[in-house]
Amino acid sequence: MAHPPFDPRHAAHPTGSRPAPILTLKIDGQDVGARSGDTILTVARENDIHIPTLCHLEGLSTLGACRLCLVEVAGANRLLPACVTAVREGMAVTTRSERLQTYRRKLLELFFSERNHVCAVCVSNGHCELQDLADTLGMTHVRYDYLYPPAAIDASHPRFSVDHNRCILCLRCLRACEEIEGAHTWDVMGRGIDCRVITDLNQPWGESESCTGCGKCVQVCPTGALTEKGRAVAEMVKNKEFLPYLRIMRRRTF
Amino acid sequence: MMLDEINEIAQRQREKETGFRHRINVCIAAGCLSSRSDDIVAAFEEEIARRGLEKSCRVKGVGCLGLCAGGPLVAVEPAGILYRGVAADDVGEIVDALPGSPLARLHCPRETPFFQRQQKIVLENCGWIDPTAIEDYIAADGYQAMHTALTRMTPEEVTREVSRSGLRGRGGAGYPTGLKWSTVAKAESATKFVVCNADEGDPGAFMDRSVLESDPHRVIEGMVIAGWAVGASRGFIYLRAEYPLAVKRVKAAIAAAERSGLLGGSLFHTPFGFDIKVRLGAGAFVCGEETALIASIEGRLGRPRPRPPYPAEHGLWGAPTLINNVETFANIPPILRNGSGWFAGIGTEKSKGTKVFALAGRVRNTGLIEVPMGTTLRDIVYAIGGGIREDRTFKAAQTGGPSGGCIPEEHLDLPIDYDSLVEVGSIMGSGGMIIMDETACMVDVAKFFMGFCCAESCGACVPCRVGTTQLHRLLERITAGHGTAGDLARIEDLCDLVQNTSLCGLGQTAPNPVVSTLRYFRDEYEAHIQEGRCPAGACKLGQ
Ligand SMILES: Cc1cc2nc3c(=O)[nH]c(=O)nc-3n(C[C@H](O)[C@H](O)[C@H](O)COP(=O)(O)O)c2cc1C
Ligand code: SF4
Ligand code: SF4
Ligand code: SF4
Ligand code: SF4
Ligand code: FES
Ligand code: FES
Repeated sequence: MAHPPFDPRHAAHPTGSRPAPILTLKIDGQDVGARSGDTILTVARENDIHIPTLCHLEGLSTLGACRLCLVEVAGANRLLPACVTAVREGMAVTTRSERLQTYRRKLLELFFSERNHVCAVCVSNGHCELQDLADTLGMTHVRYDYLYPPAAIDASHPRFSVDHNRCILCLRCLRACEEIEGAHTWDVMGRGIDCRVITDLNQPWGESESCTGCGKCVQVCPTGALTEKGRAVAEMVKNKEFLPYLRIMRRRTF
Repeated sequence: MMLDEINEIAQRQREKETGFRHRINVCIAAGCLSSRSDDIVAAFEEEIARRGLEKSCRVKGVGCLGLCAGGPLVAVEPAGILYRGVAADDVGEIVDALPGSPLARLHCPRETPFFQRQQKIVLENCGWIDPTAIEDYIAADGYQAMHTALTRMTPEEVTREVSRSGLRGRGGAGYPTGLKWSTVAKAESATKFVVCNADEGDPGAFMDRSVLESDPHRVIEGMVIAGWAVGASRGFIYLRAEYPLAVKRVKAAIAAAERSGLLGGSLFHTPFGFDIKVRLGAGAFVCGEETALIASIEGRLGRPRPRPPYPAEHGLWGAPTLINNVETFANIPPILRNGSGWFAGIGTEKSKGTKVFALAGRVRNTGLIEVPMGTTLRDIVYAIGGGIREDRTFKAAQTGGPSGGCIPEEHLDLPIDYDSLVEVGSIMGSGGMIIMDETACMVDVAKFFMGFCCAESCGACVPCRVGTTQLHRLLERITAGHGTAGDLARIEDLCDLVQNTSLCGLGQTAPNPVVSTLRYFRDEYEAHIQEGRCPAGACKLGQ
């Protein structure tokens, strides 16, 4: 992806200088104020309303792909992803109806059924956003077939490794590498269930000429897919400080 | 180019045509071309030269004549005689028969309902004009509507005319075309684009391909008029590379229009200019989805993004972009030529005009047909389609491709339009129509379309990527005789999840064939699961 996907924040502030008008809306019955161009997710977070997310990461372009942040908006006939939907004056948003929570649990089940997530042997056990969400949303078992497609581990990089069995295709690695580091090492190939993240033109990561070895992708990866080498089970803790840092760097570039 | 120049070309071309006593029109669209109709053209030319008939007899390649299954087709005018299944060896006999009665062996009477019950607007020139000759299109009143729009109408007037016609998008969803045009027209931007969606990825569909192969100038004319109406001066035709003949004809037509001054700067000496470029797609179904299509034209990965914002507001390179389907654009010139009132007089209350269908499956006459909206399914199957092959009974019609559903026998008298199809659980889609008889297993049909969707899913979002795969597995299990009691509930639950949480139209509609077959043919699913048999005797369990 040479260009980041559409980001409503940027569209709403083409010059970035005009003061944005203030809007009011309701989230879960609570009156909240927002700047025109803000997304539902931003406004919700400012007001301590928690909406689950996986593909979204403050500081990166938005994707709207994991569907966990879907919310109900009065008058809209579809559920809308809070991370990319811009607020409108008078909007009424529901973020945690029974229907939404059920859908979110089922989406998580689909994630777990897709590849191999045996947490007990995973280096990210205990420090994984996917696992955390399953926990907080009360997803206790998977009612779908486990697909377990054959997926490789690429440990050719001197410091990092990628285990495709744990990848959920959130593309945070891709966006961090392209938009923050500017290396564009990551890409995706394949359709549907055969979709994979790849480095360069599907070459081993260790042979990548574009990778600077900065480790940004590893830190933003929500799961145990991207890890530092030399970590044993449950030892891979991602550096959460890294995220605010990304945000600051992102602000500076725009 | 000025109007009198166009009229002069038209006049000259018409005189040339009527100067011949016999005109032999050979279909050179993809269907017939694949059975070497180009050799037939050559054989006719040779035969005519050999007999010294060049002055009284003319051979011409033309677009699709409609009855593709009977191809190669040859029409002899002005006698109005049609021949089917012609081979190069037959040419001598056909020429022998020119002055007298038609050659009985190959004759395909035109007085049959297949030809009589159709009404051709989009396909009006198909089978009449040579798609490689711009003069032929001009002689068929081509570029007249564009002249009227550019020199005598304001953009608002053009948009109003399109709105009044009641035309709805032919690419699937049936969004009102005039409303879309006025939204793009109202968007404030110095740069705007017009995009023709010619991706046509539905399995079995070939309506758009046929129009582009048979009458490409009509689409170009429609796009220029759209450009004038919305304030865009550049257009793209997004065409799949698997349609090499359409690509060739469209490119040649663009070049011919440019040479004639019908594309490019200051058209008809007005300040308005418009140019069109062709962009080839690699043939991914999802690239027909408008935001994926935009990404693909921009040179990015062809993956959808959430809407809103819609392309009308934020399209190609962020500029307001009008995206319409091939058939939608093809309807524009006749609407402006004959008036919105004329168009609005055809069809049903909320679906105006005609619809082109690729009629396939178990009917006798498969091929490309165009009927007024509101034609009943029974008319299509029994009158136009000639009934079910081998005198079997009708079981269901699948419309709308992977986003559509099956219509059972009890709805045979349904007048087909956008809304009636939705009411019975299917959709118009782009116009694929597959007719099935009692030998079709509906679980198998659902499995086929689900298999298509999971193979074509772009992989961006989990409900579509994993959900369709899970659904496909469940259906596969049922047709293999391994279905269990809870499977139908599991399937229904997954369908609901995939429909409601997927990012783009592909996932949102992928469960439709399953939902509609469950609605009408639940007993078949149950027979597979509970009794371990396939009532139709079609899938693995039937044998
Ligand atoms: C998965 C998917 C595939 C699509 N494929 C096509 C296509 O091949 N051709 C087309 O015209 N529209 C296709 N569409 C619909 C387009 O996105 C769009 O609605 C249409 O081109 C608009 O034109 P219209 O208003 O003239 O129908 C597709 C939509 C989806 C979700
Ligand atoms: S990535 Fe997360 S969910 Fe997957 S196995 Fe590791 S800890 Fe468990
Ligand atoms: S380590 Fe840095 S440069 Fe290398 S792939 Fe990760 S983000 Fe890109
Ligand atoms: S490797 Fe990690 S960050 Fe990259 S797509 Fe997979 S899960 Fe997301
Ligand atoms: S619904 Fe399917 S095709 Fe559409 S974005 Fe999601 S994965 Fe891709
Ligand atoms: S966080 Fe909004 S879709 Fe992933
Ligand atoms: S392709 Fe020749 S009749 Fe359709």
